[in-house]
Amino acid sequence: MYANLTMIFKFYCVRTGDSIFAAMSVLLFTVIVLVGAFLAGFVGSLTGLGGGVIIIPLLTLGLGVDIHYAIGASIISVIATSSGSAAAYVKEGITNIRIGMFLEVATTISAIIGAIVTVYINPGYIAVIFGLILLFSAAMMVRKKIDRSDNDTSGKLAVFFKLNGTYPTAHGAKDYAVHNVVGGFVMMFVAGIISGLLGIGSGALKVIAMDNIMRIPFKVSTTTSNFMMGVTAAASAVVYFHRGQIDPGIAMPVAVGVLLGATIGSKILVRTQTDKLKVVFAIVVTFLAIQMIYNGLSGKL
Amino acid sequence: MSKEIRNFFADKDIQIILGTLLRVGVITSMSVVLVGGLIYLFSNHANAVDYVKFDSGKSGFSSISAIFEGLKALDGAAIIQFGTLLLIFTPIARVVFSIFSFLIERDYLYVLIGLIVLSIILYSLSDKFVG
Repeated sequence: MYANLTMIFKFYCVRTGDSIFAAMSVLLFTVIVLVGAFLAGFVGSLTGLGGGVIIIPLLTLGLGVDIHYAIGASIISVIATSSGSAAAYVKEGITNIRIGMFLEVATTISAIIGAIVTVYINPGYIAVIFGLILLFSAAMMVRKKIDRSDNDTSGKLAVFFKLNGTYPTAHGAKDYAVHNVVGGFVMMFVAGIISGLLGIGSGALKVIAMDNIMRIPFKVSTTTSNFMMGVTAAASAVVYFHRGQIDPGIAMPVAVGVLLGATIGSKILVRTQTDKLKVVFAIVVTFLAIQMIYNGLSGKL
Repeated sequence: MSKEIRNFFADKDIQIILGTLLRVGVITSMSVVLVGGLIYLFSNHANAVDYVKFDSGKSGFSSISAIFEGLKALDGAAIIQFGTLLLIFTPIARVVFSIFSFLIERDYLYVLIGLIVLSIILYSLSDKFVG
């Protein structure tokens, strides 16, 4: 039974690893990527996973695009969706601009480091790291979130950097305090490296830094992390840009598709229960992750 | 207490302007990308794509001067790249704006932090990292 499954799995991997790509015209390629990116943006915004983590497997596994091009296109879609939805969030007055700005010191430096390093790493290893991050993101997506925020303003660094804040609730403004600033900063540094290395927003790692380490309330952490993503992504996008990793023929359909999908997704999100969707999607993402790791290890990417 | 409330609203004003800035940036840059995309498709639609192996020199539009050259010739790919650049500059403009707003609030610590973030990005923009 097990051997059978592995056979089927390997067969599938070989099939998808083959390039159906050689004879494809620009028009067909654009249409396929546009549709794929739209779906990636749509599902990515519904599940909170982001579009990049889906568009990269689609481009590399599905269409045989070199992972460096996929990364360059993905980072553009990250900037588009993050800036687009941050616009909606900041208007609600939940984003803590100081927390964002403070942590951006860590994420911009590390994102640039990641973006510099990425071309020196064997594409296979990048695919493996990508697969591991996908697995981690899938686990984070279905995990039950616990809000551990409180109003204990004893953290000296948080007071010094004026990170503690207020957010509006139905019962008026609610105070919250930020904890373990150093820990959060370090974790954000790691998130930035991953973001620069793989061309994704690395939202799952940012959630760890903000929700679990710094204990910022969800309402603030989600929007602030999204707000930071644009700046972080812009820092590494600049490096990709100079290197020629942002190819107009791929970046155009990816950015347009993901942004449209994410915009529509976020409109639907307000009135939909996404719990079941998240479980289904976690399974899909796990499958993609295994594919990426397998193809990475066998040198197909 | 009353001071805290005032700060909260002061921040909120800034956030609304920031939000508008981001939205305008995204809409403008994506419109440019779309226009470039249509021109690009019109002139290239029948060509075969080749992205199997990464080649840093292939797209030809990886410097600002090359993009402006291409814009003069109304090259679709150059217009897309120009839109992409505008998109990259949107969050950077957001940082610049935040620095000014912190300056107005006389929060000099955050003016400094903002300047640090900005100089990191600008240093990277100056093409020092990619040979």
